[in-house]
Amino acid sequence: MKYVKEFGIILLVSLVGELLNYALPLPVPASIYGLVLMFVCLITGLIKLSDVHDTACFLIEIMPIMFIPPAVGLMASWDVIRANLLAYVVIALVTTVIVMGVSGLVTQGVLRKGKKGAEKK
Amino acid sequence: MTFFEQSVFFGVAVSLMAYGLGVLLQKKCRLALFNPLLISVIVTVAVLVTARIDYDVYYEGAKYLSYLLTPATVCLAVPLYEKLSLLKQNWKAIFAGIFSGVVTTLCSVLVMSRLFGLTHEEYVTLLPKSITTAIGMGVSEELGGYVTLTVAMIIITGIFGNVVAVAVCRLFRITDPIAKGIGIGSAAHALGTAKALEIGEVEGAMSSLSIVVAGLLTVVGASVFANFM
Repeated sequence: MKYVKEFGIILLVSLVGELLNYALPLPVPASIYGLVLMFVCLITGLIKLSDVHDTACFLIEIMPIMFIPPAVGLMASWDVIRANLLAYVVIALVTTVIVMGVSGLVTQGVLRKGKKGAEKK
Repeated sequence: MTFFEQSVFFGVAVSLMAYGLGVLLQKKCRLALFNPLLISVIVTVAVLVTARIDYDVYYEGAKYLSYLLTPATVCLAVPLYEKLSLLKQNWKAIFAGIFSGVVTTLCSVLVMSRLFGLTHEEYVTLLPKSITTAIGMGVSEELGGYVTLTVAMIIITGIFGNVVAVAVCRLFRITDPIAKGIGIGSAAHALGTAKALEIGEVEGAMSSLSIVVAGLLTVVGASVFANFM
């Protein structure tokens, strides 16, 4: 029953996320409302970590598998991509590397600056 | 071959077996290119095309895998909660990192769209390429882009980010676990996060946070940047 209860709680939070997505006119998907809601519930203690932990870990572990169907769906939109294939692929690849680098380096830079500041005090 | 053309389980079974094969290959060879997701997608597409199975037939079975995507995303709150104190201590660096990531995405898409001479519609289609699919689709639709193409770009970005994450962190000498997670999540949304979770708990939690914050910042940022081309 443990897993049924855990999965039930997770689905309930997803459902409320779906409801918020339906009720609010913002381009925010149900999953993001749900994530924030789950986070708030955990912080406030409304949901205990042990109430969802094991099923959550399992779902997160198999998450890459859930992306297979939409990725295979690329074959269905192949005609749209082919029109400008080179440009799209180059843009996707180059920006991904640049963004990962910049974002990571900025975080690391501010972290190190903060640590140096703390040492001076 | 008519049986396979109509089978609901065949395609999905192939997907999962190919994924398993990918996991095995990666363990043996430790090569980033042997990415289980990448291998699974390539093998599945090859099998579907060879056996002339329609994507819709495949999706009849495969949709149950995607069904779990929303609950799984909701669960990303769990690793994030477990690293709450880390988030509180370093929120300035974390926010600065995600913000710079979003601005860099928008700027680099703008520059490269001009370089390739893309139309305004194509440009706004690409703006939300680094954020999670569901938000990205909404942004693209709102700005008048091609939604299918946005989805394709988001997935290409995600798979690529998943494959190169470790190498990029090494290349830019990003060694701090928080910085790694923020970089990977800001650039490659949930697919990157899957890799970040494999690298470590801190990386995974920070990458999960980036999905939410980068997604929301992009909603605002993309509508501003849409006016620039």
